[in-house]
Amino acid sequence: MRRALETPKELAFEAAKAALDDAGLTINDIDSVVAVTAPDAFDGVHMNTEYFADGAGAKGKPYMRSYVGGGSGVFGVINGWYHVASGHFDTCLVVAEEKMSSALPHPQGAFNAIYDQFLERPLGVNLLWIFALEMNRYMHTHQVPMETFARVAQKNKRNGMDHPSSQSGISGDFTIQQIMDSEVMAWPVQRLMVSPISDGAGAMVLASEEFVRKRGLSPVWIEGVGWNLDTSYWTDRDLYYPRYVEKAARMAYDMAGVTDPRRDIHVVEPYDPFAYKELHHLEGLQLADKGQAPRLVEEGFWDRDTEVGIPSTPSGGLMGVGNPIAAAGMMKVTEIFWQLQGRAGKRQVKREVRRGLAQAWGDLMQVGTVVILGK
Amino acid sequence: MEPFAGTSLTDQALTQGEVLATQWRVKADYAWDTGVAVGRFMAGLKEGKILGVQCSECNRTLIPPRAFCELCFRPINRWVELRDTGVINTFSVSFVNWDATRREIPEVPAVIEIDAASPGMGILHLLGEVGDNLDSVLAKVSIGKKVQAVWKPSEEREGSITDIRYFKLID
Repeated sequence: MRRALETPKELAFEAAKAALDDAGLTINDIDSVVAVTAPDAFDGVHMNTEYFADGAGAKGKPYMRSYVGGGSGVFGVINGWYHVASGHFDTCLVVAEEKMSSALPHPQGAFNAIYDQFLERPLGVNLLWIFALEMNRYMHTHQVPMETFARVAQKNKRNGMDHPSSQSGISGDFTIQQIMDSEVMAWPVQRLMVSPISDGAGAMVLASEEFVRKRGLSPVWIEGVGWNLDTSYWTDRDLYYPRYVEKAARMAYDMAGVTDPRRDIHVVEPYDPFAYKELHHLEGLQLADKGQAPRLVEEGFWDRDTEVGIPSTPSGGLMGVGNPIAAAGMMKVTEIFWQLQGRAGKRQVKREVRRGLAQAWGDLMQVGTVVILGK
Repeated sequence: MEPFAGTSLTDQALTQGEVLATQWRVKADYAWDTGVAVGRFMAGLKEGKILGVQCSECNRTLIPPRAFCELCFRPINRWVELRDTGVINTFSVSFVNWDATRREIPEVPAVIEIDAASPGMGILHLLGEVGDNLDSVLAKVSIGKKVQAVWKPSEEREGSITDIRYFKLID
């Protein structure tokens, strides 16, 4: 939601408790905790995850914070995975929380510290610039019409209407014209092609095969994880293509034994803080050739009800539900979980799904994080 | 699925006292020394020069300058003067300030590939003399166009990226 009454502790508790209840477990079943949030500057609370860790059920337990900017929500699940995969813990509770509404006048101010303090900040930067610059490079390289990006926004905003955390004015049935006519913020980025700052939390319980068997649980499995970091000299890279997402994806595909992602991935939740980002990431994930993700939009290949394509962002994503940064990454992983369990309700994709992928991205267009889940 | 837990507030609820809130303002000032490589780059700007560095291993000519090559992971000691001209790699026309308030006259940030550096090596800066509304900027500016730095007069330069006022289009 845009602004929650609940504090970070309270938001974390609601999400952690919901995840435990859903798994039929209690906090006493949890051996370790990973807590996830984006920069402390949003909250104005030093070591924010330690502050809200009581709400994440971390008291008296081995605990770590997981943080790679916008990539954090998915990275937290990766960290939780290796807690359990190490054999050191039977279970790990991963809790991602974000409360962006506290920063005044706007959390964008906290984002400005992302830029180089010598060469960039004195120019009077704002966060939208880097996205606008990247989007322009992408649309120029592949000659993508603005209407294609509007179609991505339309799809996600429609999908978001069916999410339990949908927001009025954000989720909804917008016409292409409404989206194309929305206010220009930093051309080519327009208001209805940007995800809104939001408050929220999400959580997931990870457990070892032995624990799952002993307790008779019906899980989905983490089949692959991958993450990668590109150089912070972002003005030296060609922004039209996210190499770090490709490397993260290839790492996860190798681990999962996925040799043909377009055949083996049946539903995908790419990070979509901006409409163009979904297409950019789908190409990085090798689910479309470079420059082809926009063409596939026109064919409905990424739609929730596709029978021959790969449904993308059935949750509604950041564009259609909201962007509480770390929690938004977690929302992507939980959506794949629900899709594989056949529990996504109205959001359930039409085609049969046995394996899905969630991806997030962050920092100076630098970080890719990928998790592959399977039945 | 049922809606998840949580209580939605309006912005007014906070600012007009419908719920209780406390406020706090960060007091945090910083002074960063510019370091080895960026320090020398800044000194070059004060003299009206754009400097780059060359890695003796991969032979890339790099800007922004750095004390080590992140690819070869070796120190870099060779400095070269680059041109103050370049090519627009990408640009935006921004109507938003850092605090999310709106600007009437847009800013035009751009990544500029600097001439005499290796292909694709650029810096972030602003374009100037390109119009004061979206249509006029888009009529003039496009990716691939050549630009040149417009410097502050030497007596006003202080060793900062803003010693270049902006880049302007050239033929």
